[in-house]
Amino acid sequence: MTQKLIVIGAGMATGRVLDHLIEQDPDAYDITLFNAEPRGNYNRIMLSPVLSGDKSYADIVIHDDDWYAANNVNCRFGQSVASIDRQVKTLTAANGDVLAYDKLLFGTGSNPFMIPLPGHDLHGVIAYRDLDDTERMMGLGPDNKCVVIGGGLLGLEAAAGMAARGVDVTVVHIMGHLMERQLDEAAGYLLRKALVDKGITIRCGANSKEILGQDGQVRALLLDDGTELPCDLLVMAVGIRPNVALAQSADIAVGRGIHVDDQMVTSDADILAVGECVEHQGAIFGLVAPLYEQAKVAAKTLLGEPDAFVQKELSTKLKVTGCDLFSAGDFADGEGREDIVFRDPARGVYRRLVIENDVLIGAVMYGDTSDSNWFFGLIKDKTDISDMRDTLIFGPAYQGGTPLDPLAVVAALPRDAEICGCNGICKGQIEDAIAGGATDLGAVRAKTKASGSCGTCTGLVEQVLAVTLGDEFVIPTAASICACTDMTHEDVRRMIKSQELKSMAAVWQECGWKTSCGCHVCRPALNFYLLADWPLDYQDDPQSRFINERKHANIQKDGTFSVVPRMWGGITTPDELRAIADAADKYMVPTVKVTGGQRIDLLGVKGEDLPDIWADLNAAGMVSGHAYSKGLRTVKTCVGTDHCRFGTQDSTGLGIKLEKELWGAWTPHKLKLGVSGCPRNCAEATCKDIGVICVDSGYQISIGGAAGMDVRETELLAQVATEQEAIAIIKAVTQSYRENAKYLDRIYKWMNKVGLDWIKKRIVDDVDGRAALVERFELSQSIYRHDPWAAHVNEKAHSYRPLANLTLEAAE
Amino acid sequence: MSNWIDIAALDDIPTRGARLVKTALGCVAVFRTGADEVFALDNACPHKAGPLAEGIVHGTSVTCPLHNWVISLETGKVQGEDRGQVATYPARVTDGRILLDRAFLLARAAA
Repeated sequence: MTQKLIVIGAGMATGRVLDHLIEQDPDAYDITLFNAEPRGNYNRIMLSPVLSGDKSYADIVIHDDDWYAANNVNCRFGQSVASIDRQVKTLTAANGDVLAYDKLLFGTGSNPFMIPLPGHDLHGVIAYRDLDDTERMMGLGPDNKCVVIGGGLLGLEAAAGMAARGVDVTVVHIMGHLMERQLDEAAGYLLRKALVDKGITIRCGANSKEILGQDGQVRALLLDDGTELPCDLLVMAVGIRPNVALAQSADIAVGRGIHVDDQMVTSDADILAVGECVEHQGAIFGLVAPLYEQAKVAAKTLLGEPDAFVQKELSTKLKVTGCDLFSAGDFADGEGREDIVFRDPARGVYRRLVIENDVLIGAVMYGDTSDSNWFFGLIKDKTDISDMRDTLIFGPAYQGGTPLDPLAVVAALPRDAEICGCNGICKGQIEDAIAGGATDLGAVRAKTKASGSCGTCTGLVEQVLAVTLGDEFVIPTAASICACTDMTHEDVRRMIKSQELKSMAAVWQECGWKTSCGCHVCRPALNFYLLADWPLDYQDDPQSRFINERKHANIQKDGTFSVVPRMWGGITTPDELRAIADAADKYMVPTVKVTGGQRIDLLGVKGEDLPDIWADLNAAGMVSGHAYSKGLRTVKTCVGTDHCRFGTQDSTGLGIKLEKELWGAWTPHKLKLGVSGCPRNCAEATCKDIGVICVDSGYQISIGGAAGMDVRETELLAQVATEQEAIAIIKAVTQSYRENAKYLDRIYKWMNKVGLDWIKKRIVDDVDGRAALVERFELSQSIYRHDPWAAHVNEKAHSYRPLANLTLEAAE
Repeated sequence: MSNWIDIAALDDIPTRGARLVKTALGCVAVFRTGADEVFALDNACPHKAGPLAEGIVHGTSVTCPLHNWVISLETGKVQGEDRGQVATYPARVTDGRILLDRAFLLARAAA
């Protein structure tokens, strides 16, 4: 039987109650919704982006008119409630209407506290609570001054929003530093600095004495010390008080707020209350996360189902643009408490952890809050941190000493780790939504509400998506190579090795290919796997290569090509330069460009001219630079002992040797090396696939770097004393990469999958295994380490010309 | 009236490959599939004029080397979600020789 529910107040808390109620049992109640503000439920937290101009009011509406109509909610917006008669269970509206109720839900929220200073009732003195206040502040511009009393969360958002619109804003705060409830002094200082950089004036330790006016309009704030701060608008953001007037007049139990039990029921069994107006076990509430918890419980109570509201540990993330701030727990100084502090002045980063009895009890972070969830978890779970005390401050990526991929942090979070604090959504819920078909942020947000309130956790939600949908995450069914097959790359590689499949036809047959000859996705992959595993038996199939590798030149947008001859180790000679210049002239090359790989690129060469320009370059002793291939591109070098006063070894010499050994080899993806002559690393070796840093005692070889769409630093593979050993290790790791990696995985992706330790075992520790890999590499190189340009000039030049030329015929 | 001109030997085109025929109106790409069928199309992808002759041939389709649009060699129609049409020309193989219809090619040139 449908009962009557009257809701007083259409704020975020009651809005959430209605969501849960209607979702679980839309016919349980006939709902009437009162709101003193002349509008429905909107996201009050997002008033700040509306103030700064980043969003419009329409963007932050939670329930619009259509929603209320569709869900049969009787709306009485702009109407207040005059009185409640609990004996007969009726409510009287301000306009005199009398309504009966079965259940009543209070969501009267809070009133902003207005300091009773002389002059507080002048025109132009406002609070910062609702859309009307926001619009008053938006009315100011660069010619206006505004004073904000209150340097807490809300006051600073008001100040930043107006400063973004060019207003001259001064914040007056009675305490010694800003946001003293959430921040310690050091973080408060950093926050102040950031706000001052935005053009906001900050006065802490400032006590307001009187608000001065002229003709009934505010003109300035007078402080205790006699300073006058002129202003056109004065905003008070000094706190909120639960709005209990109506509840008091209805004679239900009220303390600082309306008393409620764990089921959100007041002293009257038919009246519930949620939100900022309630007091639960002595606590009142100003952040949204517990309100949403209360809303969930209230809905259950209204449906007669058991549930209980439990107060949880809270954290704050500040969302004033440009200021990354996080605080949680108890971070006051005290006996028996230890501090660990980390500062990086140049980056404006500050972290402080408060530890008591080997447990983290509080954390404050400014400037780099990416690890906040992990620290918050440690606080909530009261984890014993004595084992990781030395590295605790650096965050989860540094526990155990090995730096991890940033996604690994999110990947390592347990399913119950909270990702969205506002809505209490944990990682597991997001993963479930993804498994249920939500594959982008919008879908996850729609399904779980994660990142739908204050928005600060959006980055984290996206990371969970990346981790869940990317290579690192084990999903129930792995992606097959393409539509031609159900097998994965790894499956096919295994088959090729174990079944000794030595031709494409064999693979198609034995692996049950669904098409007659594969497609543009699988053929290049198979071609590589076959030649890597069976170099003597399988012949490379040019028709299964992308255009660039088939033509040994990079195709450009207009169908012309770029020609890049090798410049070993980035060293050239006057003769080589002359040959390149002559070729540029002879073939009327439009663009001559120096590449990042330390060589020269001739761009705009016609396809028909390729064999001829190659022949000319060959004649000058130059060969293909493989600028187009999944193979060795370049070995960048710095000068080294040849000339450099800091060089420890002959880095250029080693670079040239490496290039001469490795060129021509096909690899799963392009291979870029760098050799630096000393740790100053002028060759940028540490963002290459394989990098060498020369030191006095030898050579440090590291692998797994990248500097493209992903940027990664290499990790140390081995340090050796001689050039020969360095070359051997590099050949061995290249061969292992060729034999084991997935086509199109760079070394860093391969390393993420197999682990650096696995690679080290086979290349560094297992000396015999290393030698065998080098031997297999050399075997492959006996076939592939030659100049493709020369081969094409000799054998295939004709195929670069048209098959036939009918233009002569047409002229007849 | 059709007039077949002898262009070249079938083996002059690699299997699953293509070679170009120059005409007054631009290049025509002549494709040879894995099953030794021959197709002739304009050598220009409807997307950004990529040279189709340089693409990977699979089944009776070719993938444009510039941005991976897939084109049917039989109809010249772009496959999948993209839209477009490439002009096709009658072509056949007789006794190991590739023949193209001259009248069709010249008619296009005159138009």
